[in-house]
Amino acid sequence: MPSFTKPKIHLKNEKKNDIGLIRADYDGVMSTLCAGCGHDSVTAAMARAFFELSIGPHKAVKVSGIGCSSKTTSYFMKEAHGNNTVHGRMPSVATGAMAANPHFTYIGVSGDGDSLSIGAGQLVHAMRRNINMLYMLENNGVYGLTKGQFSAAADLGSTAKKGEVNNLAPIDPCALALSVGATFVARSFSGDKEQLVPLIKAGLKHKGFALIDVISPCVSFNDHKGSTKSYEHTYKYYHKAVHADYVPPSAEIRASYDDGKTMPIELHDGGLINLRKLDSGYDPTDRASAFSKVLESQQTDEILTGLLYIDETTQDFATRKKLPGRGLNTYPYEELNPGADKMKDLMREFG
Amino acid sequence: MSGPALNDFVIRVGNVNGTGSASANGLLMKAIFRMGIPCIGKNVFPSNIQGLPTWYEIRVNGDGYMGRSGDIHLMIAMNAETYAKDLACVTPGGYLIYDSTWPRPHMLQRDDITVIGVPLSQMVNETFQVARSRILMKNMAYVGAVAALINMDMHVVKAMVEDMFASKQKLIPSNMQALELGLNYVKENIDHPLPFTLEKMNKTKGKVMIDGNTAAGLGCVYGGATVGAWYPITPSTSLMDSFVKYCHKLRIDEETGEHKFAIIQAEDELAAAGQALGAGWMGARAFTPTSGAGISLMNEFIGFGYYSETPAVFFDVQRVGPSTGMPTRTQQCDIMTTAYCSHGDTKHIVLYPADPKECFEMAVNALDLAERFQTPVFVLSDLDIGMNDWMIDELTWDDSYVPDRGKIVTRQQLDEGFEFFRFLDVDGDGIPYRTLPGTHPTKGAYFNRGSGHNKWGKYTEDSDEYKEVVDRLIVKWQNSRHACPQPVLRKASKFGGKKPSAGIIAIGSSDPAVIEAQERLAAEGIHLDYLRVRAFPFADAVEDFMAEHDTIYVVEQNRDAQLMTLLVNETNVTKNKLVSVKYYAGEPLSYKFVMGEITAQNNQRQTA
Repeated sequence: MPSFTKPKIHLKNEKKNDIGLIRADYDGVMSTLCAGCGHDSVTAAMARAFFELSIGPHKAVKVSGIGCSSKTTSYFMKEAHGNNTVHGRMPSVATGAMAANPHFTYIGVSGDGDSLSIGAGQLVHAMRRNINMLYMLENNGVYGLTKGQFSAAADLGSTAKKGEVNNLAPIDPCALALSVGATFVARSFSGDKEQLVPLIKAGLKHKGFALIDVISPCVSFNDHKGSTKSYEHTYKYYHKAVHADYVPPSAEIRASYDDGKTMPIELHDGGLINLRKLDSGYDPTDRASAFSKVLESQQTDEILTGLLYIDETTQDFATRKKLPGRGLNTYPYEELNPGADKMKDLMREFG
Repeated sequence: MSGPALNDFVIRVGNVNGTGSASANGLLMKAIFRMGIPCIGKNVFPSNIQGLPTWYEIRVNGDGYMGRSGDIHLMIAMNAETYAKDLACVTPGGYLIYDSTWPRPHMLQRDDITVIGVPLSQMVNETFQVARSRILMKNMAYVGAVAALINMDMHVVKAMVEDMFASKQKLIPSNMQALELGLNYVKENIDHPLPFTLEKMNKTKGKVMIDGNTAAGLGCVYGGATVGAWYPITPSTSLMDSFVKYCHKLRIDEETGEHKFAIIQAEDELAAAGQALGAGWMGARAFTPTSGAGISLMNEFIGFGYYSETPAVFFDVQRVGPSTGMPTRTQQCDIMTTAYCSHGDTKHIVLYPADPKECFEMAVNALDLAERFQTPVFVLSDLDIGMNDWMIDELTWDDSYVPDRGKIVTRQQLDEGFEFFRFLDVDGDGIPYRTLPGTHPTKGAYFNRGSGHNKWGKYTEDSDEYKEVVDRLIVKWQNSRHACPQPVLRKASKFGGKKPSAGIIAIGSSDPAVIEAQERLAAEGIHLDYLRVRAFPFADAVEDFMAEHDTIYVVEQNRDAQLMTLLVNETNVTKNKLVSVKYYAGEPLSYKFVMGEITAQNNQRQTA
């Protein structure tokens, strides 16, 4: 089955972004996922976020593992280099690419199978290293491509399409992320682009590892009654805790911050993430507070969404590695070669 | 036979690890080297930090043979636990020194060797007060005893001690004192020197003593590698240590403090492989050092690199397998696994260095080949080369070297109308073009994938499109044989103008033992040509060599005749022409073993 390029449709007076591109310039090939798949909405949200941030597609790098979600990196930004790696190992490829050149906007797309079972190790270590990337975890609680096995994100008591009941405790990606030092932890829903697009923009602008756990229902294998990752269940238990808006450096900032419910977080690029909290007692810059909030929500079956935790102070991987202002992949050999004379010096140690 | 004679003998020290004997043994060897006499040192050590048996073997050889001989002429038996074994392995007529502070077991006797007692502990304990220094100084004391027995130049030894403790000057007098304890005891109490001694030569000028991992790490620096990813594993760890050391020395921007390198200690070998490939995909020269167990874990990623045509260099410093095996012993046991690493139809470029000099050179070769052929490239070293000091010609560098980056399409080429398709064979050589991320805003992006793809770089499940790509991959791999290091032919020394009908094929660290066996066999009337293979896919010269000889001894260090299997599999050679000579017990190969096996096989063939 070949891949088809999505036809670009030009509309009159279509809005262009700061670099003169239209939204359709951020499309990729046609999706081959099932009709109604949550992932396609997430793809659209990612394309929109890049468009609205005016990031040139060729300045972005897309990486993914294996699974339905991982396929989606070819469904947006076709002018960006993409790397569809092996199952559960996308973070290592992203880490190596970033070591070679951190001056791209990195986005990784993965699923709950790819991230929480086979790829749990790499995900955890990417978070520990604070790799500067946005990691989209499209979470449907099920293995779609192999037709419906439970994933490690399946909730206790959730049923499979054929009735089997899951009796293993789920791995909550947000709790996991908080426990291993991720610096941007969010949850959202494929059906809520009002929340998701701003979150993606904030995640892309955050300098460090940003995880967005996106509930993204699988219409073919996990959208039935009894599933806790169905559209119906998600809408029912959906709770917006903290809304995040990215405010670019140039924009005038008008919000008032004294109501205990809004909170500006300054970013490295001079922009802001403006947080609007529904619960004024909750501090998303405090890891322990975020952690207890996430654990509490597990007790109440509430799907806690929004930007749950942010830390802009921890150095990212490239900064800690003292990587140069330009990518290592761009250095001419002359600047890397220590030279023949130096070799003579070095040899004295071994004489 | 070799030795014992002037500048021709073997010393072996049996000790307990964690007692600081390594520096004393290093001192012993380096002093001989600085007397201008060719020598080698082989460290046989445990996978342990403290308390298990360890041996160090020094072969002194004025003729310059660089392999093990298989003899032991002077044993320094410092480990009571291994005393019986150490006593048993001395060559008849040889000598053994033991610590006579405590009596040696009466049961253990040999009439065909001379046993020398030196009360090392007693002397050291009487001289030094601190427990730890007593342990350390005992090592220096046996060095002193050996120095007296073999006429070592004490000026050289003294200068070595001063070098060793250049940054801790106050330790010099005590170490010299310990040396003299051993030295004087022998001078006063023992019939000395031994029949085999040292005499200054001038054969180490322009030579260095270096291990292969250090040389390979240096090769990565000079070859322009900027990203190194790794997971610690014996015996490859010191390769990354070397890269770290020389990057810190040579690649930090003095003004900004920026690092012109990135070193990532991965969570496991799978991640290390992914990181190297990620960096290679991005266009940085990247590598990962590991050993067999690591290669097993990297399999999936290596297949991904092969099929997605992503460059990266994989150093496999082989150790004894299978499974965890014996991590601190040497073998050539990953020949097959590297040649065909990963599931599906995969064949790789593998380079076989034979000494630290080639570790250095082949690190650079591999970085070039990986980018030129856009594929993972292996450098298959082993513990013997990687962790032992070998005497080699000083490493040199040619500043006119230009890295072979292969076919990378530039923004300018794209602007000028170059039509880029990632997997298209434009030039008919099997090598496609690639772009690096960020090259062009609207042309040149591609989607890298390990799933089925066609030559245009698109996803496919079409039979013909799939086949077209994998058929090109094999052409690309076959063509690489011309660009890889070519075999080294060492012809039999002349014997009446006749061409020998038999030959030897070997790779890697077997080389010095094979060279010596070849020469000594000639003296006994068995004339053999020798071809050392340096890369897979095999060069045409390998095929020719096997066609020209009726019998080919394939010398290798594994149980399953992996090199021979590969030769049968990948060339037109008739299987029954090949005779397998295998050593796989884990210590560096000796010429005596090779010679013995070939002689036996030769006799069998003559009488058959």
